[in-house]
Amino acid sequence: MKKLHIVILLFIAAGIAVLLSFMSDLTTYDTVASARAKEGKFVHLIAKLDKNSPIEYDAVKNPNYFAFTAIDTLGNSTKVVYLNTKPTDIEKSERLVLKGAMRGDMFECKEILMKCPSKYKDEAGTDTKSFSANL
Amino acid sequence: MQYPGEHLLPGQFGHFFTILSLVAALVATVAYYKSAQAILPDEQQSWKKIARIAFGANVASLVAIFALLLYIISNHYFEYFYAWNHSNKTLDPKYLLSCIWEGQEGGFLLWSLWQGLLGLILMRTAKTWEAPVLTVISFAQFTLATMLLGVYIFGVKIGLNPFLLVREQFQEAPLFRSPNYLSAPAMQDGQGLNQLLQNYWMVIHPPVLFLGFASTVVPFGYALAALWQRRYTEWTKPVLPWALFSAAILGTGIMMGAAWAYESLTFGGYWAWDPVENASLVPWLILVAGLHTNLIYNSTGYSQRTTVLFYILTYIFVVYSSFLTKSGVLGDSSVHAFVSAGLNAQMVLWMAVIIIPAIWLLINRYKQIPAIVKEESTYSREFWMFIGSLVLFLSAMYVIISTSLPVINKLFKTNLAVGEDVEFSYNRVQIWIAILIGVLTAITQFFRFRETPDRKNLRMRMLIPGSVALLATIAIAVFGPIEYYKYGAGFLAAIYVAVFASIYAVFGNIFYIWKGLNGKLKSAGGSVAHIGFGMMLLGILISSSKKEVLSHNTTGIHLPFSENSKENPVENLTLIKTVPTDMGRYTATYVSDSLNSKGNITYFKIRFDEKNGKESFALYPNLIRNTKGAEGFSNNPDSRHYWDKDIFSYISYADQIDPQKDTSSFKPHEMEIRDSVFYSNGFMILDSVVHNPSFGPYQYTANDTALMAVLTIYVKDGRTYKSRPILEIKNGQIEHKPDTAFAQNLILNFNRITDEQKPEIGVKESGNILPFVSLKVYLFPHINVLWLGTIIMIIGFVMSIVWRVRTMRPKMKVVQKN
Repeated sequence: MKKLHIVILLFIAAGIAVLLSFMSDLTTYDTVASARAKEGKFVHLIAKLDKNSPIEYDAVKNPNYFAFTAIDTLGNSTKVVYLNTKPTDIEKSERLVLKGAMRGDMFECKEILMKCPSKYKDEAGTDTKSFSANL
Repeated sequence: MQYPGEHLLPGQFGHFFTILSLVAALVATVAYYKSAQAILPDEQQSWKKIARIAFGANVASLVAIFALLLYIISNHYFEYFYAWNHSNKTLDPKYLLSCIWEGQEGGFLLWSLWQGLLGLILMRTAKTWEAPVLTVISFAQFTLATMLLGVYIFGVKIGLNPFLLVREQFQEAPLFRSPNYLSAPAMQDGQGLNQLLQNYWMVIHPPVLFLGFASTVVPFGYALAALWQRRYTEWTKPVLPWALFSAAILGTGIMMGAAWAYESLTFGGYWAWDPVENASLVPWLILVAGLHTNLIYNSTGYSQRTTVLFYILTYIFVVYSSFLTKSGVLGDSSVHAFVSAGLNAQMVLWMAVIIIPAIWLLINRYKQIPAIVKEESTYSREFWMFIGSLVLFLSAMYVIISTSLPVINKLFKTNLAVGEDVEFSYNRVQIWIAILIGVLTAITQFFRFRETPDRKNLRMRMLIPGSVALLATIAIAVFGPIEYYKYGAGFLAAIYVAVFASIYAVFGNIFYIWKGLNGKLKSAGGSVAHIGFGMMLLGILISSSKKEVLSHNTTGIHLPFSENSKENPVENLTLIKTVPTDMGRYTATYVSDSLNSKGNITYFKIRFDEKNGKESFALYPNLIRNTKGAEGFSNNPDSRHYWDKDIFSYISYADQIDPQKDTSSFKPHEMEIRDSVFYSNGFMILDSVVHNPSFGPYQYTANDTALMAVLTIYVKDGRTYKSRPILEIKNGQIEHKPDTAFAQNLILNFNRITDEQKPEIGVKESGNILPFVSLKVYLFPHINVLWLGTIIMIIGFVMSIVWRVRTMRPKMKVVQKN
């Protein structure tokens, strides 16, 4: 057996090990109910902003505290706390991907990805193609 | 129906040229194929003649399409969807080009244009390789030309037509039932260019990146041509300068994108392992791996099979990357991928026609590719270079597998997502790659090809730069230690090892130029590129691991919220206008804000005073009003650059971006001197009225007409404030300069002088007059090492290209003389 073959085998073994550890760290996209079932586990919660509940944000008092209620497609809702500034235009978002974990009765969110509608979508039925930078 | 006012001619020409480019590319493919397959020289020549004309027609059409599109956009013909959707009248002319590559159509057009121009160069220089290589490129041109068609075939949408009219795009909209729709307000201006693309990097980054993507077709074409024609020995030399060119340009394009991200996005860095970034990095890594195996083959005869594989995979991954970013499949995982444009079926087909024939040909011919059975010596350069290439390839595979999770989810109906810490999931693997590549870059050149006879000398040559690097690493640990405990001591140790490896790469290659090449810079392109690469690694490691948040919120209320609260991003500091606020080693003050002349950018002047009094400077982070009908603003950071660090800041929240309705109004009070007026928390007295005052920022002279009312506000609790609203007559216009007592939420305005010659003071009590911003400030140390390393690496690539082309040339001259 060539030395290079041994090296390649070693690399393959290392690659598999890395991939396994990568797999074990993967999380899932969840609903409120399934996230609640895995309390404390990091998930991607897919939901939208509940516009009927109040949004808590007062940047003068604390710019790093933003709380709101998220509701998923099944109608379940949860309070979400995000220790950061309020993302611009979150009121207009139509879908949120909330990365974080359930703790007690609220969702502790570390990152928010927003999907904002295009103004012309309803009118035209086709979305305008554009970058959407929601960071 | 006739629609008056439309400019249909450029669109009709545009349609004609899109069809022509498609047909011409198809003709060129067939003709080049026939020429490559022909045995008789006459037949070869006649097919080649047709092919050249067809290919030329394809490129000419693409130039015409580009010019027409630019013409439509710069003339603001908003009846065209492309102009309407991607530009507007207020746009700065320098961003007109950016409008072209904002849409997917423009991206494909640019790509195809570059590919065509590269094809023209090959037509002149590739000689016997012209026919087979250009068969591949013509076919690639054909696939790209379909992307601009905009037709439906059996219900499948094929391509996006850049010359579509708005009324064709939105056929259902009632507006377009009127023949005079162009005079409607909605058609007077376009949607504008995305605010984040209004940045000078975005004028230059896409063309360079697309040139990089387009140029990967040349090594791909050569590799396929070699397999197809079974000409395994002659292709590896002429392909090398092209592979170097491609790696240089693609690398530059990627780093320009990083520079843009650093300057105009707010994640606070130049790289976030975003899928769109990864998608461009992966082909580059594989290409660089292929480049090295190509060098091995040219010097020793080993590794041709790997070279073919890597060059083919490079282009396949370029196509796959394009699919990832344009199909909308990354929607949930990327912040700046395109939204699906309905081309997915076509894109899958596109990948199939590129991947299947290429892989089929490779499998079919694999055994025929010459390979050396004898094992490489461990004391040979090819052995270690091969391992390095393998490491680069594995690194690319790891990145692409995790980036492809959304595709895996689609295929297998799973719902997996990268875990909690996306960046770390890459970094913890890539740090080992960095270590391996750094050390291999440092030592490999000291080996000779095939066998290194003087092993003692070899060890010495490795040891000297190694000890220098070790000393430098220790110096860093002592004088500027990295304190990155976020992921534990193990990861910190790995960072130190990687720092050592990258410094070793730099010094190893400097030493090699000096000792191994005796200072001959002409042939040192590779080593120079390695030095640049080592510096890039070092810059990345230091700037990321020593990145500091300066804007720790010391004033906010801390909530008993989470057990690992130190990781929570309490990194935003609220600044109230004109109030100096403590921010670590600085005092930060939100001084003022101003609007640019077009009214779409608000600049916030934030002054930073170092507490030791050494330095004081202002940054102007700003908010750009969103385009395309979206309300709100986007952030645009501002940085102060030092030779050894950057202070990077952006507005994370401003009350302006979230306006609350201010319903209260000014209550007028006619006052005489010494009169008093009550408000909810006390009362105020008019002390005096000064004519043409000179006070603070207001310096009026006898030529002006200005009145300043001086009032004293008495608060119930005993505090007093002075307030000085001003009334000024300027060019016959009355101007008010109200004064605000922030602490009392009071605004006083000098309304007018009444008919009875008495001053009238307006008093407004408001709940939210306190202007403030939330600010995020980072310190990036030694980021210039990264940028400088990038430039040196590119210089190294260019030196290599020049050297490789030169060393090929003399041989040709000898042939010509005979």
